[in-house]
Amino acid sequence: MTLSQKKAGKSGRRHPLATVALVAIGLLVTGAAYTGFSQTSATAEVDWPTFSQDESNITAGEKLFGANCATCHGLEAEGTDDGPSLIGAGAASVNFQVGTGRMPLAFQGPQGMVKPKQFSEEETLQLAAYVASLAPGPDLPDAKYLDGSGDVSTGGTLFRINCAMCHNVAGAGGALTEGKWAPPLTGVAPTHIYEAMVTGPQNMPVFNDANITPQEKSDIISYLKYLEEKPAVGGLTLGSLGPVAEGLFIWIIGLGAVIAFTVWVTAKSN
Amino acid sequence: MADEATSNSKAVANAHSHGEAGASAGTAVIASDAVQNPGLPPHRKRVTDLNPKRAKRAERTVYTLFYISVAGSLGSMLAYMFFPIESGELWQIRLSTLFIGLGMALALLAIGVGAVHWGKALMADHESIDVRHPVASDEETREASSEIFKIADEESGFTRRTLVRNSLLGALIAFPIPGITLLRGLAPQDQDPVTLLKHTLWDKGVRLARDHGGAAVGAPIRAAEVTIGSVFHVVPENLANAEDVLNEKAKAIVLLMRLDPSDLKVSEERKDWSYDGIVAYSKVCTHVGCPVALNEQHTHHLLCPCHQSQFDVSDEAKVVFGPAKRPLPQLPITVDDEGYLVAQSDFHEPVGPSFWERLK
Repeated sequence: MTLSQKKAGKSGRRHPLATVALVAIGLLVTGAAYTGFSQTSATAEVDWPTFSQDESNITAGEKLFGANCATCHGLEAEGTDDGPSLIGAGAASVNFQVGTGRMPLAFQGPQGMVKPKQFSEEETLQLAAYVASLAPGPDLPDAKYLDGSGDVSTGGTLFRINCAMCHNVAGAGGALTEGKWAPPLTGVAPTHIYEAMVTGPQNMPVFNDANITPQEKSDIISYLKYLEEKPAVGGLTLGSLGPVAEGLFIWIIGLGAVIAFTVWVTAKSN
Repeated sequence: MADEATSNSKAVANAHSHGEAGASAGTAVIASDAVQNPGLPPHRKRVTDLNPKRAKRAERTVYTLFYISVAGSLGSMLAYMFFPIESGELWQIRLSTLFIGLGMALALLAIGVGAVHWGKALMADHESIDVRHPVASDEETREASSEIFKIADEESGFTRRTLVRNSLLGALIAFPIPGITLLRGLAPQDQDPVTLLKHTLWDKGVRLARDHGGAAVGAPIRAAEVTIGSVFHVVPENLANAEDVLNEKAKAIVLLMRLDPSDLKVSEERKDWSYDGIVAYSKVCTHVGCPVALNEQHTHHLLCPCHQSQFDVSDEAKVVFGPAKRPLPQLPITVDDEGYLVAQSDFHEPVGPSFWERLK
């Protein structure tokens, strides 16, 4: 018996923790690579007022619209049975929907979801310029509201009153009815957060400037960016999803550890 | 011996006859192929008993674990010294608590694991049987104790002096009553709780103001500010002057939405309760009172996050799904001379979950 065990001890060249270490390294590398790839720059480098007035941009936008959007939204953006009218939707709406990859839709479903963007930033802005030229609507936000320099405390209060019921108090998102959901707000560009508040995309309600002023919107964005950057004092956040994730963790990992210890304590030693 | 015991006491008899052939007469079935008691499996020695090298190794493991525990305790102390929370920066708090906690966890866990491993691998490995004895005391002790009770009863007169006994029982029953009465003190003293539950701060002409969190009341809302698809979280403007602000707020919170008027289904008696597609509903769920505020712009559904009740805003907040039994109460609103939204009256029914006197 001792001989066979000795043999087993010698032939096991790999350390028992090697598998765990390998998996951990794999996860870290994948995670880091993913973060690198998913960094999106949504800041408009162009001078928007001149860009949106430029006839050539509007014409280019109209061409892109005719080729990619008109099937559902109609040739004159007047809307069809498959898509709403975009007259008066404004540049902010287009920049949000196209800039986050939600539009063009992959399929008709409960909710249009974030995908890899289909248009370059310039093309997105040309589309926005075209839709904005049809009728007045919410315009792209001023850069001074997007730099995260607002009042984090006010932003937190406003976020908890107006946003947290759907988007979760930590901005981690949450479920809605019939397959819809409020997306997580971490990693979303400030421009897109601002545009979503102003335009109320899909089933999100509108928070116009009379309800939440541009400065207050800037406070909310600052609060969200603060949440993203601050380290979690409580340790592992488990996605900040609350009792479901925490319960699952403690029932499986916590109780699993307790059971493993119990088995070990009561098992007969060899 | 077994026969003698049977005649004395059944409990003792059963215990004595266990494992013997003498089951009580009449119930015994003599099975010819009864299962034989296989006895205990042979004792298997541990590797630490057979191989002194393994024993030595187990010993090393145990004391190493105890030294690790010492290291954990000291490490925890060092962590407190080297990761102080001085600037109040969040990452400092995190480092401090993380390393102090890790040290303490290691200290206690290593003691436990070491002790168990010591017991399992090194301490003497005997197998023995403890025979179970009957639970009941012997006859003599039982008679003696029942005698004590009899004497106590005679000397105290517990069964003889019935008035004394019954008055004592009465006193014991009456004793908890003050505790129950004191519960009344948890309810408001000078007001009827039922009236409090039935009425909110809303009244004719009270303006709808923005909720600014806690006891703060924001600016009143003009009808023109509520564009289609908008949602406002609303409190009564007079909330700031209320005596018990948070309790009053809990009853009076309202969700204000503007729909395309053509989407609204309005019944005859509520025709003038909304203003040009602007509707106001109580935010307190009629199920158990969570704030219902998950508003979907296009389906016009309000979702309660606690138990997934859904209300259809376009159809007078009727329940379309979930455990809620009643629609959310609607606040009748209109517009005053200056264009601000005002309430026409209080809610026409009590807000929130059911209570006994709700319909009285």
